[in-house]
Amino acid sequence: MKVRIKFTKTGSLRFIGHLDVMRYFQKAFRRSKVDIAYSKGFSPHQLISFAAPLGIGLTSEGEYLDAEFLKVQDTKTMIETINKAMVEEIQVLDFRLLSEDADNAMSSVAAADYLVDFREGYYLPEEFLGYMKEFLNQEEIRILKKSKKSEQVVDIRPFIYEMEEKENKIFLKVSTGSVDNLKPNLVMEAFSHFLSKEYNEFAFTYHRVETYMRKEDGTLVPLIEAGRVIEEPVLVDLELTKEDETDSNS
Amino acid sequence: MGNKLALSDEILMSIEKPARYIGNEVNMVKKDLNDIDIRFVMCFPDVYEIGMSHLGIQILYDMFNRREDTYCERVYSPWPDLHKIMKERNIPLFALESQDPIKCFDFLGITLQYEMCYTNILQILDLSQIAIYSKDRKEEDPIVIGGGPCTYNPEPLADFFDLFYIGEGEISYNQLLDLYKEKKAGTLTRKEFLEAAASIPGIYVPSLYEVIYHEDGTMKERVALSEKAPATVMKQLVLEMTDAVYPTKPLVPYMKVTQDRVVLEIQRGCIRGCRFCQAGMIYRPVRERSVERLKYLAKEMLDNTGHEEISLSSLSSSDYSELKELVYFLIDEFKEKKINISLPSLRIDAFSLDVMSKVQDIKKSSLTFAPEGGTQRMRNIINKGLTEETILEGAMKAFQGGWNKVKLYFMLGQPFEETEDVEGIALLCERIAEEYYTIPKSERNGKVAITASASFFVPKPFTPFQWARMNTGEEFLEKAKTVNAKMKEQLNKKSMKFNWHDSKTSVLEGVFARGDRRLSKLIYDAYQKGCIFDSWSEYFQPDLWDEAINENGIDVSFYTTRERSEEEIFPWDFIDIGVTKKFLLNEWKKAKEGEITKNCKAGCSGCGAMKFGGGVCYEGKN
Repeated sequence: MKVRIKFTKTGSLRFIGHLDVMRYFQKAFRRSKVDIAYSKGFSPHQLISFAAPLGIGLTSEGEYLDAEFLKVQDTKTMIETINKAMVEEIQVLDFRLLSEDADNAMSSVAAADYLVDFREGYYLPEEFLGYMKEFLNQEEIRILKKSKKSEQVVDIRPFIYEMEEKENKIFLKVSTGSVDNLKPNLVMEAFSHFLSKEYNEFAFTYHRVETYMRKEDGTLVPLIEAGRVIEEPVLVDLELTKEDETDSNS
Repeated sequence: MGNKLALSDEILMSIEKPARYIGNEVNMVKKDLNDIDIRFVMCFPDVYEIGMSHLGIQILYDMFNRREDTYCERVYSPWPDLHKIMKERNIPLFALESQDPIKCFDFLGITLQYEMCYTNILQILDLSQIAIYSKDRKEEDPIVIGGGPCTYNPEPLADFFDLFYIGEGEISYNQLLDLYKEKKAGTLTRKEFLEAAASIPGIYVPSLYEVIYHEDGTMKERVALSEKAPATVMKQLVLEMTDAVYPTKPLVPYMKVTQDRVVLEIQRGCIRGCRFCQAGMIYRPVRERSVERLKYLAKEMLDNTGHEEISLSSLSSSDYSELKELVYFLIDEFKEKKINISLPSLRIDAFSLDVMSKVQDIKKSSLTFAPEGGTQRMRNIINKGLTEETILEGAMKAFQGGWNKVKLYFMLGQPFEETEDVEGIALLCERIAEEYYTIPKSERNGKVAITASASFFVPKPFTPFQWARMNTGEEFLEKAKTVNAKMKEQLNKKSMKFNWHDSKTSVLEGVFARGDRRLSKLIYDAYQKGCIFDSWSEYFQPDLWDEAINENGIDVSFYTTRERSEEEIFPWDFIDIGVTKKFLLNEWKKAKEGEITKNCKAGCSGCGAMKFGGGVCYEGKN
């Protein structure tokens, strides 16, 4: 059975990379002795996939992974069991069962929320906070987007869904995922240029608050909504799974 | 929400792999500084991924932290990118746990695993803002103590360390820490503490001695400058391995490190007595850990780490008396839990082939042999009890079982080596290939692939070859080319491949391995010129080393290619490893004659290690 897990990445662990997080979970699942499923073959591995990798230096309370399990207890017990084997800076927030036909976390990602804060020693919040409306009122926001392979000038305005002040910080909802991925630092770079300020990559801190998928009606909902809260223990009936497979093949 | 970090976000985000410097790993020990008296920081002077893979530090980290009055933390060498930033901005080196500066600690313990990390030790001291020379340290500075295999000749580092610990850490540290509390209470000065430490078994205080040399540069005598400085320092060792401390909750790093698995140390020492091998002498006598204890440790460590792999650690694992029981237990108990069992290199026989077929993919795995010498004559000289017949028989059994990859390890430049021995490497490979092709084509598993690798022999202290002449870099390369050319002449040359290691660092390794305390200045100057991470070929700067060698007027050949006379006093002779110099000398003479010596289980050769009162020397005698 497929499950979706929501988790945090905070504190000093903002400096570990995406692959490290993956390895961390593999070992944490073993320590917690949950019944995760393994691939077949000579070197079996856990069946886990992550939603949207978080860059080094960012914190989050809205990370997701999907995993294949053989047996689960109720949601609350699963969260507690896994968290006992976890460190404080990476904690499971939710654990839900996915329907067999659910899209995987990675391909479902459509948007993400971020809180952008002002790192001490660079800019003051008031130098930015009052100007968001003007910034968003531009017809287009063109910026040089660099990747390992290419550089191109793109218009990021369509991918900024929301931008407003929240608790003296900047709240951002931006397009995320494999299609139109907009990193929050690119928005802040464009915003700095707009205000004729020199952009400094260390001037802001980024905290991911939530990751979304798009429903058929076009609305954005948190990725966790694809799963249902588990009330009673569930056991995969291996025989049944086999029959299911034959059914779907016929 | 942040844990304290010594480095700013700006720095951490501008360097490679910031995870090296944040600590906070699973199973990291946290203590309240108000509850402890002694702050110890343990250092492996190489990059985090290497240092975190070291078993010895994990054992000592666990042992120190069992003491309620002590908090042991860790530090590793900052990579050159961070090194540069720390130097420019004057940022003091810090420990991973508390992120506090090293200079605030009571002890800085540095493990000395290989000679090519010596400049990294100076880097640690320098970045910690602790005086590099021990004589310049102040009352409140940390006590700098060295341990590990290179302390069996600590002399090249004599000027930098306050203390060396000779032997296995489990024994004398408690006594040392108890003594230190007297210094901390103010009843002892730094100097008095060092003098008092000299009488703790295994503790060597280099500043309490002066060394006098003959005109030809060889050592004349070692003079004690204090009444409290003993003439010899006895290596310390654990007699009962089963009762010895062992971590059941090893640290689990976030980054991928070299040894990303549970390591089970099954025994210490080796019965074989290969004449080039230092480990085979300094860890005598062989002591085994009971199989029941190992089973318990394996289970505990896998549970507490979540590692997906377990490996066995020891010299010559095939000699562990309960290996069969242990390995089958691990397979039965953990294979189903998808734990990968990483086998050490084993003698090829029915048992090892059976377990290999169970835990490895035959198509991908290879057989490993370490003949070390190309001919039987050479193998007798080095006392490597492995015959060509054994190799061919083992290989054949494996070929019949479906294997077709063979790895062979050799050493070039060992004493009394002739061209015939060098060429013998290629001939042995050829014979293995020919053996493979005697199997009917229909039963073969494609082509055979034989890979031979050669490293360059560096004579080490406390071995029968400590008297030997080391080859020059040119001689090494010449020999490697000879093997390569001979390989090309063979019938099955397309199935064979020959690799050899770089000779550049071997010569320096040779200088320090049998060096004396006059070399401290050389290490200092090389570091000041910018040498660090010498064991990393991309950072090794031979030109700077040559400069420092010339400026110090050091004759490299004095340390490397000079054959020592039987009477010569060595800088490391003051250490008592149990094995006597007389035994080693006799072995050196037997090597010249190509005479072999029995292994410890086949019969005692009276090496001297029996005086410790335990281990293999007393097996079956109780």
